[in-house]
Amino acid sequence: MLKVLKSGFYLTIQDLGRFGFRDVGVPISGAMDIASVKKANMLLENDDNDAVLEITMTGPTLQFDVPTFICLSGAHILATLNNQPIENFQVIKIEKGDILSYGRLESGFRGYLAIKGGFQNDKVLGSRSQFVPVTKSARLKDGDEVKYKESKSFKPIITEVKIEDHFEKDTLVVFKGPEFELLTDAQLTEIFTKTYSLSKENNRMAYQIAELIKGHEHSMLTSGTLPGTVQLTPAGRMIILMKDGQTTGGYPRILQLSEDSINVLAQKRSGESFQFKLS
Amino acid sequence: MKKYPINIKPFGERAVLIEWPNKVSESILANILDFMDVFKELKIEGWEMSVAYNSLTMVYNQDHIDFEETKSMILDCYGKIDSSEIQRTQHLWTIPVCYDLEFGIDIEDAAKTLKLSVEELIEQHTSHEYVVFGIGFLPGFMYLGGLPSSLEIPRRAEPRLKVTKGSVGLAGKQTGIYPQDSPGGWNIIGNCPVQLFNPKEKTPCFVKVGDKIRFESISKAEYDLHKIEGEVGIYKPEKVVLNA
Repeated sequence: MLKVLKSGFYLTIQDLGRFGFRDVGVPISGAMDIASVKKANMLLENDDNDAVLEITMTGPTLQFDVPTFICLSGAHILATLNNQPIENFQVIKIEKGDILSYGRLESGFRGYLAIKGGFQNDKVLGSRSQFVPVTKSARLKDGDEVKYKESKSFKPIITEVKIEDHFEKDTLVVFKGPEFELLTDAQLTEIFTKTYSLSKENNRMAYQIAELIKGHEHSMLTSGTLPGTVQLTPAGRMIILMKDGQTTGGYPRILQLSEDSINVLAQKRSGESFQFKLS
Repeated sequence: MKKYPINIKPFGERAVLIEWPNKVSESILANILDFMDVFKELKIEGWEMSVAYNSLTMVYNQDHIDFEETKSMILDCYGKIDSSEIQRTQHLWTIPVCYDLEFGIDIEDAAKTLKLSVEELIEQHTSHEYVVFGIGFLPGFMYLGGLPSSLEIPRRAEPRLKVTKGSVGLAGKQTGIYPQDSPGGWNIIGNCPVQLFNPKEKTPCFVKVGDKIRFESISKAEYDLHKIEGEVGIYKPEKVVLNA
């Protein structure tokens, strides 16, 4: 078991997502920055889909009760194992009783903790990702325990790599959304020439953009939405749906983020700025 | 079977959106479901399809797709609808609702606004069949069509931060059931004891798009009974097979 001594700001278990239940309104969930998860799982020679912990902004304090191997990725949050500093993209051997704790957030917003074999909480509807009401709890709290498999004899092919962060970018690549044609020339100019920033209203469901653009009076029938769909409200607010985002919506879907750009956006915090670039 | 012009649009790297004419119509919905039946016959793993009124979102959860290739596959399937002999089973579900004031916290105000008595409001709400035009927004939330115009009422001026799970509401041309606690601005007229989304079931939502539902007024005692039956897993919603 991994014991959560302190959970930090928002600690969840995530894999790549829950597929096949979109038709009954279940969002895909899964890690916000899948690129980081895949890299950490790769170093541990795990499956891409093995469950990890997603650490948001401030890190937890965690204790391991059997030997294993871990790898950190994503945001740079100063981490220590038994008070010794450790880095992202190192395969680290864990002994019984070891304590992993985190300090200051240096860059990015979401860190990942991958473990040999993946975390073993129960799958619900094919995924271990936490999302209420599919799973009972939305996140891990102080005192919670998460199952993992003991691993002593793992000999990693690669023990450490220097990988340039994929999220140190300020351009989000977008495709035309289904209602792109509704945008006026004035709105298009605004969208693709100005710089935007992330508002305080941001969570695993949706990220709102702080700056308003010119609004619209278009009303439409509810239709499908995806992670990365940029909706435009009548008041001119752009709302980007993320991994726990609703499966349908009634606002015009003006843009669709590329999947790489979802990973980039997932690492932004409120106030950080970016521009849109049409693919 | 009536055919419609369809519009296929790219939707990011692994999805497409198919749009039918922009209206709420049972005939369009039937055409969408026919298309889905034909497409499912291809048995390509990884395609997720979700309907909402006049549109179908198709997501390929395995990989990125080539839009033109996908579009021609879709048009090919759409062309085969007429020759398809697939029979679809659709159901009419009876969904119990307790309209007691304990649950129907806005029912008196709503009745007043609609110039009806509370009894008339319940009578009208329970005497229609509603078509399920989509499931989305929240897990198990049904978009229902067919609300009589006599029950059309604006949303509440201020949404509530928490509407209780099972609440049955009215808003504009819509009526529906909140499948879980959530914020919401609908006028709440009752509560349904039946769990509409159950992640423990293989089919977490027993209602399907294209099914119909009707509401049945129940007493507080029946409500409590159904609630307990639901908790121990013996509640079976009442259904009738409709001719496809």
